Amino acid sequence: MAQGVWTIAEEREGEIRKVTYEIVSEGRRLADAAGQELTVVLLGSNIKDKAAELGHYGADKVLVADDAKLAPYTTDAYVSVITELVKANDPAILLISASVQGKDLSARLSGSLDVGMAQDCTAFAIEDGNLVATRPIYAGKAYANVTFENSWPQMATARPKLMDISEPDTSRSAEIVDATFSLDESVLKTKVVEVLKDESGKIDLTEADKIVSGGRGMKGPENYNILEELADLIGATVGASRSAVDAGWRPHSDQVGQTGKVVSPNLYVACGISGAIQHLAGMSTSKVIVAINKDEDAPIFQKADYGVVADLFDVVPALTEEVKKYL
Amino acid sequence: MNIIVCLKQVPDTETQIKVASDSKSIVTDDVKWVMNPYDEFGVEEALRLKEKFGGEVTVVGLGPKRVTESIRTALAMGADKGILISDDALEGSDSLAVAKALAAAIKELEYDLIFTGQRGVDDDLGIVGAACAELLGIPQMSIIVKVEVAEDGKTVKVTRPVEGENLVIESSLPALITTQKGLNEPRYASLPGIMKAKKKPLEEKTLSDLGLDAAGFGEGGRKMKIVELTPPPARAAGKIVEGETPQEKAAELAKLLHDEAKVI
Repeated sequence: MAQGVWTIAEEREGEIRKVTYEIVSEGRRLADAAGQELTVVLLGSNIKDKAAELGHYGADKVLVADDAKLAPYTTDAYVSVITELVKANDPAILLISASVQGKDLSARLSGSLDVGMAQDCTAFAIEDGNLVATRPIYAGKAYANVTFENSWPQMATARPKLMDISEPDTSRSAEIVDATFSLDESVLKTKVVEVLKDESGKIDLTEADKIVSGGRGMKGPENYNILEELADLIGATVGASRSAVDAGWRPHSDQVGQTGKVVSPNLYVACGISGAIQHLAGMSTSKVIVAINKDEDAPIFQKADYGVVADLFDVVPALTEEVKKYL
Repeated sequence: MNIIVCLKQVPDTETQIKVASDSKSIVTDDVKWVMNPYDEFGVEEALRLKEKFGGEVTVVGLGPKRVTESIRTALAMGADKGILISDDALEGSDSLAVAKALAAAIKELEYDLIFTGQRGVDDDLGIVGAACAELLGIPQMSIIVKVEVAEDGKTVKVTRPVEGENLVIESSLPALITTQKGLNEPRYASLPGIMKAKKKPLEEKTLSDLGLDAAGFGEGGRKMKIVELTPPPARAAGKIVEGETPQEKAAELAKLLHDEAKVI
């Protein structure tokens, strides 16, 4: 019978990414609830020295797949190795981050393992020993509770930034095991030929702690500087609504909403955004929502924790000055 | 170059979603069904590649008869032929089952590239493309904003944005690409295009036509079961920030964000 909770670590250039600690922490909670062990699979090249730290976050065991062909991430290589390891070890639960990489990996694993997969979940529970996952559908206009049937492992991905990271406990240690796998060159059909870094140093919207977003009320691309100033000051990333992106004011990568990015920052400041369903769907899992809009009937106010009914061109610069008092 | 575009029909993104009384589905009475927005990027990209390399664009849709309408839209945009996989036994199938049906239909065709949307904007799973590629034994590149096929038509180079960087990935063909917003601006169907589309071949296939056993499909074949659908969790009522002037409101907001919300 399938046993154990598994999570897949995510690394980039030899460093463990934050989303890994989120799913390892959540994996620990699920393993405790199910009375099972937590295994973290760490794949990469010369990565083994990163394994011990995963124990501090709750891993009982770290299975290390170290191979030059496993860095940087490619779907082909990861899927080949993880499929082999899962089939050999038969875990009951497989938890992955719903990062860009995790979404790619989990979707393909669904095919290679012939299992169901609950993508981008916001909460998990164990009931009768099995995984129950909660996930937004229609970009959060409804939520689904899902379970699995004849589908082992029970596979799910966790939306970034929603799973609390446990305090690392340095007295905990994990058993570190070298994984045995065959990774045949012939399965590698794709190759990363270039990595174009975003030199702006801007934190991606999906990973940002704070977001200051502007919509049609910004009136034009030249006015986003007032949002940039506030954002720089409080350590936020600037986002945009679909109408601002479709008008060509901001790049596609800035779009928050159903056909853009789904974000969950601690603070989301919506400036001049009326709050079309399309947009609300993309930011409703934010912890604190602020809306600044001169139209008091704008639907965004129904989602906002703090609403400011006023002209954003007056409020935003004033807010930038006011927050300086608290920094 | 022969290209396949997979197509799903979804509720328009402006649709209000209501959970039905069975708590397992949504109310579809007032739903306006449209081509999944991400699939439009696939159709457009396929047409651009066809304009450059020649060949044929085949649209493969799956679902009830109404999906024909979206396939016709793709044909009006310029695709050459359509296939609709439609079978009562498909009702309620999960993504993996859909991928199996699509892969079975695609296996019978000649292709160099397959496009699917990076996800359907209904169940937001993003499984079908990757699972279909796995079943066909071809590589997939997901969430792609740029596609460049080599002059010889044998390899493809794509740009994939991940958090904080863009990866340029090269692959042999055939391959499957899932499309992301930013890839292109889909064209509108022209009037002559719409007229022509009516005469383009559109074939309908059932599961048995594809040599598939209906037992693995529909509700009964689901590996991920829906226990319950609920409306989104309600947010506690917010407060309107008081103040006589915008400056006062800004000062009060800053104070609230610091003292009460503790986010600044």
